[in-house]
Amino acid sequence: MTIFKSIETKYMEERESFFRGLQNLDRRSFLKVSGAALAATAGLAAPHSFQPVTVAADAGAAESKPAFRFAYISDSHLYERDVNDRFVRGLLRAVDDVNNLDPQPDFVFYGGDLAQLGQVKELETGAQILKNLKAPLRIMVGEHDWYLDMGQKWQELYGEPTYSFDHKGVHFVVLNSVVEEDFWTARGMTPMERMMTVAGLDNGLQSPFTVGEAQRKWLQEDLAKLPDDARVIVFSHSPLYKLYKPWNFWTDDADEVQAILKRFKQVVVIHGHTHQLLTNRIDNIYFHGLLGTAWPWPYAPEGMPELTIEMSRPDPFNPNDGCGDGEVHVHPDGLVDKVYNLWNRNPVTVSRTYLASWGKQDVPPKPNRPSY
Amino acid sequence: MRNPSLRYCAGASLAGMICFLLVALIGGCAEQVAPPPQTASAPVESPPSPAPAEAEAQPSPAAGQTATETSTTSDTAAASETVTVGSCDGENTVTVPKELSGQPLADALMDQWKRDHPEANWVTEQKEKHALVPPADNSDLLKGGQGKDHTYGNYTELDILTWARETEKFAAEGSRIFHSADALGSTIAVSCDMCHPHAANTHPETYPKFQPQLGRVALLRDMIDWCIENPVRGEHLDPNGPTMRALEAYIMAQRKGVPMNYGKH
Repeated sequence: MTIFKSIETKYMEERESFFRGLQNLDRRSFLKVSGAALAATAGLAAPHSFQPVTVAADAGAAESKPAFRFAYISDSHLYERDVNDRFVRGLLRAVDDVNNLDPQPDFVFYGGDLAQLGQVKELETGAQILKNLKAPLRIMVGEHDWYLDMGQKWQELYGEPTYSFDHKGVHFVVLNSVVEEDFWTARGMTPMERMMTVAGLDNGLQSPFTVGEAQRKWLQEDLAKLPDDARVIVFSHSPLYKLYKPWNFWTDDADEVQAILKRFKQVVVIHGHTHQLLTNRIDNIYFHGLLGTAWPWPYAPEGMPELTIEMSRPDPFNPNDGCGDGEVHVHPDGLVDKVYNLWNRNPVTVSRTYLASWGKQDVPPKPNRPSY
Repeated sequence: MRNPSLRYCAGASLAGMICFLLVALIGGCAEQVAPPPQTASAPVESPPSPAPAEAEAQPSPAAGQTATETSTTSDTAAASETVTVGSCDGENTVTVPKELSGQPLADALMDQWKRDHPEANWVTEQKEKHALVPPADNSDLLKGGQGKDHTYGNYTELDILTWARETEKFAAEGSRIFHSADALGSTIAVSCDMCHPHAANTHPETYPKFQPQLGRVALLRDMIDWCIENPVRGEHLDPNGPTMRALEAYIMAQRKGVPMNYGKH
């Protein structure tokens, strides 16, 4: 049965996608768009639909148009639904957000910590909800998924935690960067005690996150065949740099991993675990953090990267404030615009020009309520 | 308070020592008075001065021959090579090989006591897990000041240590509750450290302040109570109850050194 859309429906759909597109423009494109709109209203250009204005924006900024986009959802920390329904509803909301994107992203990336305590029911609930995504799913492991059964259930559901793939000329690498040295055997911990220890962000009994020698070797070999100007994006749960050790916002062998990535013209690292707006650049490596759907973390009291413009302190009276999902727009040069779709707030875009200019251009707005 | 009170026998070594004294009396094995092992955790919780004194008072056993002269119960259980001893907590028993004596015997009895009382070293565990900020250093008060005749001129080192230990213990109790969804009464398995690791972003120094979302001036405990009822989804806390007091203590302890700034948003 063919579906016929009325003129009114088509008009409203065009209008919807135009306004949604406006949200994600960087400043230069926005000026072009508003300029074109002014011209149209002044009668200098023929206004017949919303199409020309969008085209006008694209025409002048051809070099900054993203080559493709993917969406992300991360850090849902699910309990079973009858224990805690709030986190489940958070993930459902994120899935709805992504499914409502038009056009659909090329794929959806899940940043880790699907379960809260790594339990079978938690992972299965998460897997079930993620099956509702229209776009293909690429998933990564977090420490909360792993340390109850050392990844047994997660691997049953999703296979190998470390892998790579190519998409439209960009090489993607997915790491398991939450490898911890054994701290549980000497203390005679049960699996649940080990999981509870790792689950506590401020629990000092656990070891720092690492990528580990085996994976570093694998990474070296996987990237070996690529030229220095290849476009590389690394997905990692821990940040792959050293931000704040007491909260394991930290990768202990970050220096070794960064050394492997050093030869490339630029590398983008997208990481979970931090549940906040987080931006950093170390030489050629551009780091972007992901939002969580469950709860926001406060900013670390020390070690914060200079390039990060913090999100305003989440309001506990505003449910889900500080949480969200988002998109990544990958440009032809391999750099990305990171869109933070903060729930109950205006979205924030950290554009590639901001990082490329070391924070001089396209600076995101500063918060008036910092965390302290 | 000058004399150590037996209330602090939560400390492993003191408890162990009393345990063995009782075992000696009850079990009728007077020889079994080996000093218990000094575990690494013990010095924090037990008063330091009595421990060495009591250890010295006990006769150390001669090497290895005491096990065979155990209580008469072992004669009735002559077929097995073990002996059952009553634990000093008055509830549990410990079964040990008959020929065990001296330090290994003491270790075996201590291990069983620890298994029966896993919460015994909870203060040390909290400090190890959650990096508690220690209370202020009061050793300046020992310098004499306005003479020994004055009421407050007579502090001893034991006083200073006791105050520090008790204060830390109170904050540690707060830390324990802060990090435990069950202790908070959460119905959705949410604990405070999920949004406030190490009590970050609680800014207790800004209270009292007008909390616009509540429409009134709030104290720290009002905000704690609101958080318990809403994000944590537990029941209202009695503001003067032990749970609220402990939580406040921990939150304020973690913020040591930050200037007071009431009304700041």
